[in-house]
Amino acid sequence: MRKMFRKPAAAAAAILVAVSLAACGGSAGSTGISAAPGSTPALSGTLTVFAAASLKPTFTELAATFEKENPAVKVSLNFDGSSTLVSQITQGAPADVFASADQANMTKLSDAKLVSGSPAIFATNVLTIVVPPNNPANITTFADLAKPGVKVVVCAAQVPCGAAAKSDEASAGVVVKPVSEELNVTSVLGKVTSGEADAGLVYVTDATTAGDKVKTVPLKLEHPTVNKYPIAAVSTSKNQEPAKAFIALVTGPSGQKVLGDAGFGTP
Amino acid sequence: MPGLGPRNRAWQYRAVPLWVYVVAAAGALFILVPLLGMVAKVNWAQFVPLITSESSLDALLLSLKTAAASTALCIVFGVPLALVLARAQFAGQRILRALILLPLVVPPVVGGLALLYTFGREGLLGKSLTVLGIDVAFSTTAVVMAQAFVALPFLVLSLEGTLRTAGQKYEAVAATLGARPSTVLRRITIPLVLPGLVSGAVLSFARSLGEFGATLTFAGSLQGVTRTLPLEIYLQRETDPDAAVALSFLLIAVAVVVVALTYRTPRLPRPAADAVPETAAA
Repeated sequence: MRKMFRKPAAAAAAILVAVSLAACGGSAGSTGISAAPGSTPALSGTLTVFAAASLKPTFTELAATFEKENPAVKVSLNFDGSSTLVSQITQGAPADVFASADQANMTKLSDAKLVSGSPAIFATNVLTIVVPPNNPANITTFADLAKPGVKVVVCAAQVPCGAAAKSDEASAGVVVKPVSEELNVTSVLGKVTSGEADAGLVYVTDATTAGDKVKTVPLKLEHPTVNKYPIAAVSTSKNQEPAKAFIALVTGPSGQKVLGDAGFGTP
Repeated sequence: MPGLGPRNRAWQYRAVPLWVYVVAAAGALFILVPLLGMVAKVNWAQFVPLITSESSLDALLLSLKTAAASTALCIVFGVPLALVLARAQFAGQRILRALILLPLVVPPVVGGLALLYTFGREGLLGKSLTVLGIDVAFSTTAVVMAQAFVALPFLVLSLEGTLRTAGQKYEAVAATLGARPSTVLRRITIPLVLPGLVSGAVLSFARSLGEFGATLTFAGSLQGVTRTLPLEIYLQRETDPDAAVALSFLLIAVAVVVVALTYRTPRLPRPAADAVPETAAA
């Protein structure tokens, strides 16, 4: 037993030392991205794409397409909440492309002088009501969410989907008293698919992804809140050419087809 | 009573190789430097308004209340569990111990999901509870359950260790003098392991205070009802990083005060000296 423990312990100690040394060294900078300077017309290297969590299915597919079209490029994807991604990039995370779920977070990044060129809107998204398949609270309209005893889950107002929910409620004149204001849209969906909540407000694309685990009840608003998704190359990236090519794929016909199939609106 | 006197204590072996100090210092820095990094980020000019906003105070109050309640739950269930694991002998004891300690190693989100599929409206037990009119989901009760779930192993582990090193001599003597098991437990065992119980309870409280994943998954997030301080910090980070940092500092300060007040050096209780050869042999 003793001997078995020795090596992992030594390895763990080595990692600790390495980490603390790196911490003491301050900003090591984002080296290690492998685009050769003076690159040839054929694209190569690793392209790192930071994209909003709601883009996971579509961007995973588009990254595979991009790798097929540019065999020398490897696309590395990082999905998270848009604000988390922005703070990672401003703290020096090596991103080449950033795709945000709202314009506010893209503005944060351009305010930090980290956006190269001007962001392009490549998709839109609107909210919808989702209920468990058996619809326990019998929700058929937006106004039903305000009925007493209905357990509604929404996003907190601080995150984009919550802000959209607030403004949709205001425009429909529906006063929803949620039992929970979740920190992201995935949690809202989870509370509905697990049957904990009677209804939730999520993006139509989330409802599409959830498939038959939820039933969709349209909001039927005259002026729904439309979330616009901007994409841009990060100004500190050393991979400007592949970044531009990837953005062209997303905003081009094949990208728009993939996004449209997933339920996104066209800008 | 052959305890170690102060004179004997001086003869304890205390030499530590120099290189151990070096590695230990690196380990300590690994914990301390990030804390410093966060403290350096605190916006002190706005600190008081940031932590006294209505949502912050609601979150702090809820966190203190729920952590106290879950610590009480941990004591109620953890003490008997530790006793059974340390003293009794039965088939499957090792497996039971491993399973009880599972919340220490699985991600709290997984714990939250497990609670959801058990006590949730559609869950294993939740369905019957709903029939009885009990609905835990989205309630403060759910927060306490999530915290107790992840914090219980801390108390069990700490207390079981103390029970084992404390030995059973005094209990055996009490029993031969005619004390019944409950009397032995109350008059001998518990006072003997009190330091271990206290430190276990403090650890449980601290762990409850920091609980995030299980709470989020099982209880949801609503101001004053289920949104504890860690959830509030995560939410504020979206729009107001200054507030998130200020609240993080507050959480660390509360944890430091609680731990400093009650958690001392993990010194063995006095009679434990008798058990030392036993531990060394293990």
